[in-house]
Amino acid sequence: MSSDSTKKTIFVALGVCFVCSVLVSTTAVSLNSIQKNNQKREKLKNILAAGDLLQKETTIEKTYQTNIDPVVIDIGSGKLLREDGVPPDLNIQNFDLKDVSKDPRLSETIPPDEDIANIKRRPKYMVVYRVMEGDSVSKYILPIYGKGLWSTMYGFIALDDDLRTIRGFTFYDHGETPGLGGEVDNPKWKQTWEGKMAFDQNRQLRIQVLKGSVDPSDPNSKFKVDGLSGSTLTTRGVDQLVRYWLGENGYGPFFDYLREEKS
Amino acid sequence: MKKYKDVLFDPIFNNNPIGRQILGICSALAVTSKLETSIVMSMAVIFVLSFSNLSVSMIRKHIPNNIRIIVEMTIIASLVIIADQIIKAYAFDISKQLSVYVGLIITNCIIMGRAEAFALQNPPVVSFIDGIGNGLGYSFVLLVVGFFRELLGSGQLLGYQVLKLSTDGGWYVQNGLFLLSPSAFFLIGFMIWVIRTWKPEQVEEE
Amino acid sequence: MFEEYLSLFIRSIFIENMALAFFLGMCTFLAVSKRVETAVGLGIAVVVVQSITVPMNNLIYHNLLKEGALGWLGLEDVNLTFIGLVTYIGVIAAMVQILEMTLDKFVPRLYNALGVFLPLITVNCAILGGTLFMVERTYTFGESVVFGVGSGTGFALAVIALAGITEKMRYSNVPAGLRGLGITFITVGLMAIAFMIFSGIQL
Repeated sequence: MSSDSTKKTIFVALGVCFVCSVLVSTTAVSLNSIQKNNQKREKLKNILAAGDLLQKETTIEKTYQTNIDPVVIDIGSGKLLREDGVPPDLNIQNFDLKDVSKDPRLSETIPPDEDIANIKRRPKYMVVYRVMEGDSVSKYILPIYGKGLWSTMYGFIALDDDLRTIRGFTFYDHGETPGLGGEVDNPKWKQTWEGKMAFDQNRQLRIQVLKGSVDPSDPNSKFKVDGLSGSTLTTRGVDQLVRYWLGENGYGPFFDYLREEKS
Repeated sequence: MKKYKDVLFDPIFNNNPIGRQILGICSALAVTSKLETSIVMSMAVIFVLSFSNLSVSMIRKHIPNNIRIIVEMTIIASLVIIADQIIKAYAFDISKQLSVYVGLIITNCIIMGRAEAFALQNPPVVSFIDGIGNGLGYSFVLLVVGFFRELLGSGQLLGYQVLKLSTDGGWYVQNGLFLLSPSAFFLIGFMIWVIRTWKPEQVEEE
Repeated sequence: MFEEYLSLFIRSIFIENMALAFFLGMCTFLAVSKRVETAVGLGIAVVVVQSITVPMNNLIYHNLLKEGALGWLGLEDVNLTFIGLVTYIGVIAAMVQILEMTLDKFVPRLYNALGVFLPLITVNCAILGGTLFMVERTYTFGESVVFGVGSGTGFALAVIALAGITEKMRYSNVPAGLRGLGITFITVGLMAIAFMIFSGIQL
């Protein structure tokens, strides 16, 4: 049989396809659970990191189970939704900011003059992670996102129960220039957020990311965070997204709701 | 034995796929801002290249000429998927940084080029070694570029701080250019210059 | 809506240029960049193929491969994303082939001009890269059309510009070791820096 006969062509083509498909499917199926697990752990890890709870690789799931309580809020009104009020499309355990903010059923457009974080759309509902200490809440981990220089940056900000002190800050997904804007995920820089005050006593939003370093002798230094050197636009993006999400059009109503609950 | 050795080492300096044959440059540049990603990428390419050469060579007498390209393409794509899945499962952090570039190994001309130019004419073992050799040649460029970009760009090697940065009270002021794409072009350009000064027979005619 | 598309279009041409920011399609980029004429031919071919394959793969991804996309067959849990790569490259190869035959039959003049470049395009990373970026960034169908045209145009722009520079370079006295490939790399590096000035643009 010559190599170019029609029969042989079809035979070889089918044979190659068969062998390849068996190989590919075997690998994909056998590695699937590991990959899924990786993705899930990655998510939990980010949440725990923002809440400063990340200790050992091996205990991620357990730490999450015991310490974190995810709840759904309605961003517009700031109210916490009870189980039955949660829209069926929303998956609490597997909440993905990226998908939800694009989903027309679960998100809304932001009027351009309010859109300082440059995100155009935002979810109507957010999953907020409460860090529990026994029965009381010690911190709130809030998902945030906004435009940097190249990409939309996704992250978390953790606020103390006093709703003023920042307890943690992290980005888990961004496409900024590695080494310059990409330093937004540098642990050292994230540390500088710890303990900064987002609001002053009169509940005015004061937090600010500077274009250089913070002067430690400045009496207002607790409201200011160092910018990233060499990346003015990423720094500006971070500043704007933090101010958007902590402001009146972001989690503002949620903070009001929490204060009312408390008093 | 000597033949195998030639097939293995020739592509590293004398007939480097990137420097001499202008093949497979795309991915060489994009993943080199860190040494770690360069290493993983190199390993993936060596894996795909050697096994695609091996399998193409094994069935070389049976491949009908008119569907040759598509058969090679299928084999390569399958191998790339396997490599991609393995990286995603066991090196999750790196797979995020490599993003689409692992998938782009499919269109890396080195692989197609070697299958066409070598594996179709040679027996499996030599083809396999040729694959490793060309993969090493490619890795060599990747590692050199990755080494300089990470060292000069962030003062680190494999994530360890080698040069103490001025921002942390050290002496080294990091050179941001090396983290951006243009530096890869410059580094490869200069590398070609160095190699050709050392081996003048590679100089191009005017 | 229109504004968003326009911004995506400009971004994919200048800021996220396939060749200069993501290094895609370099092999063909360097191989044909010796004469402006051939560069124009390749550029047009890339634009055409890119604007067909990206939306095409977008439809395939959303209707067949994505997790839960096979819901209409009653297979909600099936996730076929892992065979994405082989599917996309298959679609690209098939599209290029079909395009080649169609042009040959109906527009022979265009076929003669582009003919040699079409087969090359199957293994052009810019084409597969465009599709992979589209999937990674979860573009909608409309966005993928704009992105396809934009990224193709960006690539064409870069090839033609580089060819123009290389043509002029023939009159320069380049050191022996740098001649040809070496100096081209350095030129591309300088071009990439020039394109970086667009990066601050907020649309």
